Amino acid sequence: MVSGIVSYGVYIPRFRIRVNEIARVWGDGDDISEGLRVFEKSVPDLDEDAVTIAVEAARNALRRANVDPRRIGAIYAGSESHPYAVKPTGTIVGQAVCSSSSFTAADFEFACKAGTAAIQACLGLVGSGDIDLGLAIGADVSQGAPGDMLEYTAAAGGAAYLIGREDLAAEIESFYSFTTDTPDFWRREGMPYPEHGGRFTGEPAYFKHVSSAARGLMERMGTTPVDYDYAVFHQPNGKFPVRVAKMLGFSKLQIEPGLVVPMIGNTYSGSCLIGLAATLDIAKPGDRIFVTSFGSGAGSDAFSISVKERIEDIRCGAPSVRDYIGDAKYLDYAMYAKHKGKLRI
Amino acid sequence: MTTQAPRFWRSIPQRYNLKGTHCTRCNEYFFPPRNLCPNCRRGAHLEEYTFKGTGTVVTYTTIYNATEFFERLTPYVLAIIQLDEGPRVTGQMVSSPEGVRIGMRVRPVFRILGKEGDRGIIYYGTKFAPQTEQE
Repeated sequence: MVSGIVSYGVYIPRFRIRVNEIARVWGDGDDISEGLRVFEKSVPDLDEDAVTIAVEAARNALRRANVDPRRIGAIYAGSESHPYAVKPTGTIVGQAVCSSSSFTAADFEFACKAGTAAIQACLGLVGSGDIDLGLAIGADVSQGAPGDMLEYTAAAGGAAYLIGREDLAAEIESFYSFTTDTPDFWRREGMPYPEHGGRFTGEPAYFKHVSSAARGLMERMGTTPVDYDYAVFHQPNGKFPVRVAKMLGFSKLQIEPGLVVPMIGNTYSGSCLIGLAATLDIAKPGDRIFVTSFGSGAGSDAFSISVKERIEDIRCGAPSVRDYIGDAKYLDYAMYAKHKGKLRI
Repeated sequence: MTTQAPRFWRSIPQRYNLKGTHCTRCNEYFFPPRNLCPNCRRGAHLEEYTFKGTGTVVTYTTIYNATEFFERLTPYVLAIIQLDEGPRVTGQMVSSPEGVRIGMRVRPVFRILGKEGDRGIIYYGTKFAPQTEQE
């Protein structure tokens, strides 16, 4: 049964801090921005968290295609910064988008790929015919300890996808996942900031999993990079997605529309899904998009997506990724520390 | 620790989605919801109504010295907003004090309204942000 994306919505907080401002505080050189290929990152407002971001993204998804929220039969919210350890984000999202109470919900966590795992779960329920629409969300207000390398990129944002069988803006043709036990990045229970293995997050983690999932899907489908108009890869920084695209045979032109990390940083569970939304914002009917997420720990989900005619009808129904990127208000490090709760009173 | 969870839970429809009531007989809108229309009384016909959330700033004040749960937010703006359907509500503005003026158009946004410390529940609900020209 054909299923895919009925609508999508994003939300990116308007506050930004320039990477060079963080480098100024910690005595790192200005070249760190060039090295990471990240120039600024989004920062949540004092009263924003993964729930508020998820709600705004979900409302944008419903508004874009004018979908009745009572059709939603499942809400899966992926994040590694759920504000409650016990109390599902999906319950708050459901009430805030005025869904009926007749839906199943659960919170997902798989580092930066919890959002694509949520899409897969929705595809299963939609494909089996058990539900009409599923709402899959990836949203984070990611954490980076002061002075840690993560602080240069850990950002805030999210995306929501309505998954269904009818009125598709884009068909999800197939997906493939690759998962191993690779401790490249983690956060223990009760700890405020994650830890990571430095360079170990590269070859054995990001590159191995993204390339394995991507190659696995293309082998299964009998496709090659030239069969796709666009590609989106998880964006922990500006270097990794460019390098993995080149390894796999995708061009810079194919990844350019979805490469948002230089302007907003790594939005973790939102990263790949915001990149896909930015690509859908400009894609034409008939275009094909190749998407591969990555979550530390570690795993990757690859998707082959075909854009449908309906994209033209719904595209302007909600703010685009570029709209959010363009609405930026800059903070210095002191205000950033206040926004992120790094000041203990 | 005492919790206000039941009290908060009862007002979730109003806080999340500005659900009020509307008397179809005299066409007056009520927020928070009323189960009696003071105009039509026994002849009233009240229905549930979800406000659009768009409106106009009637007046505002800037809070510099806040109570314990809000002290991290200072300075913040508290405004009286006239919703397009008529009722006036008090709400927090998502804007710096310099960005607010009487008569400006606003739209609803979903934010954290407060927290019961580090261990209690988080109150979510509606605040108001300046409306952009495209909106």
